[in-house]
Amino acid sequence: MSSPNLGSHIDALKANNCRSIVLCSGKGGVGKTTLTANLGVALAKLNKKTCVVDADYGLRNLDLLLGLESRIVFTAQEVISGGCRLEQALVRHKHETNLMLMPAGNPRMLDWFSSEHMRTLITLLSESFDFILIDAPAGVEDGFKNAVAGASEAILVVNPEISSVRDADRVAGLLASQGTIDTIQLLVNRVRPRMVEKLDMLSIEDVLDILAIPLLGVVQEDEQVIIAANLGEPLALGKPKSPAAFAYGNIARRIQGEDIPIPDINAKHGGFVGRLGEFLSTKII
Amino acid sequence: MTIRELLDRLSGNRNTSANSACSRLRVVLAHDRSDLSPALLDQMRLEIMEVVSKYLELDYIGSELTLETEERSTALVANLPIRCVRKLSR
Repeated sequence: MSSPNLGSHIDALKANNCRSIVLCSGKGGVGKTTLTANLGVALAKLNKKTCVVDADYGLRNLDLLLGLESRIVFTAQEVISGGCRLEQALVRHKHETNLMLMPAGNPRMLDWFSSEHMRTLITLLSESFDFILIDAPAGVEDGFKNAVAGASEAILVVNPEISSVRDADRVAGLLASQGTIDTIQLLVNRVRPRMVEKLDMLSIEDVLDILAIPLLGVVQEDEQVIIAANLGEPLALGKPKSPAAFAYGNIARRIQGEDIPIPDINAKHGGFVGRLGEFLSTKII
Repeated sequence: MTIRELLDRLSGNRNTSANSACSRLRVVLAHDRSDLSPALLDQMRLEIMEVVSKYLELDYIGSELTLETEERSTALVANLPIRCVRKLSR
């Protein structure tokens, strides 16, 4: 890249004490958008002014998961082209007032939106927020590169599945060579403890061993996530009744620097089978 | 290691699908990271053997050139069994 301002937004982020984190995965369908919505809510609940940026211009969905699709007036497209002020495009969450959404423009925006535009957008946002979470599109093409261009940290989302791990490794390589990302952390999403127990799913240890990236957190597969998406009310909004909601809260606290241990996820059975399972899962080395 | 994993290991039960995924991933990532295809690796193996064969008689069938990864670094590992040392005619 020939732009002399490759790190212009980095200076602004530092000056404004704002952290800009991109959520990426390479592979689609691993849960980036759901995580962006929920971690956004969870950070907002910790009293952090948080902005979630939809950088998936081709297939935007962050507005739907947050239940804000009907409130969008302007988008990042108008902000960049000077059609509106930043505050006019930002959509405040209905229940969580610390959370704002920066909506994606229409898919035609893909043609002209550049990494430089993303850096400009993040520089503007850094003045008003503690955290910016950027929801990257799947793939490793221009859309992905633009999303990453606005961040200084990355959360690499991976499912314990062979294709997802392979793609994550490729993305990790791209992030490392990109230049402005100084922290990469791994988030293992949609883990099925019972399959792991039967050795039919890669375990967290397997994934960490293969990718060698520090672990930020683990989220179990949870049916409640689909119900929450139907309703447009991220799980993290409510009380942490489900395993996923509990995990989102913990991950947000880890992001803001708290030392919260990552729980060992093993299937919980009752009775003898459960006790046997627990015994067999006892760590001996 | 858990007791279950120890039992699996002792009973020789290593054929789980998670294990296959792990070993397949290790191979494919080594190739991805180095941008070397198995065909290119084999070509390299033959060329390396050609050079080494000037000095040693090698076992062509038992030789292998593989990529191994540890943490985020990858190494090229050659295993070239020697039949005998060639007497260089000078």
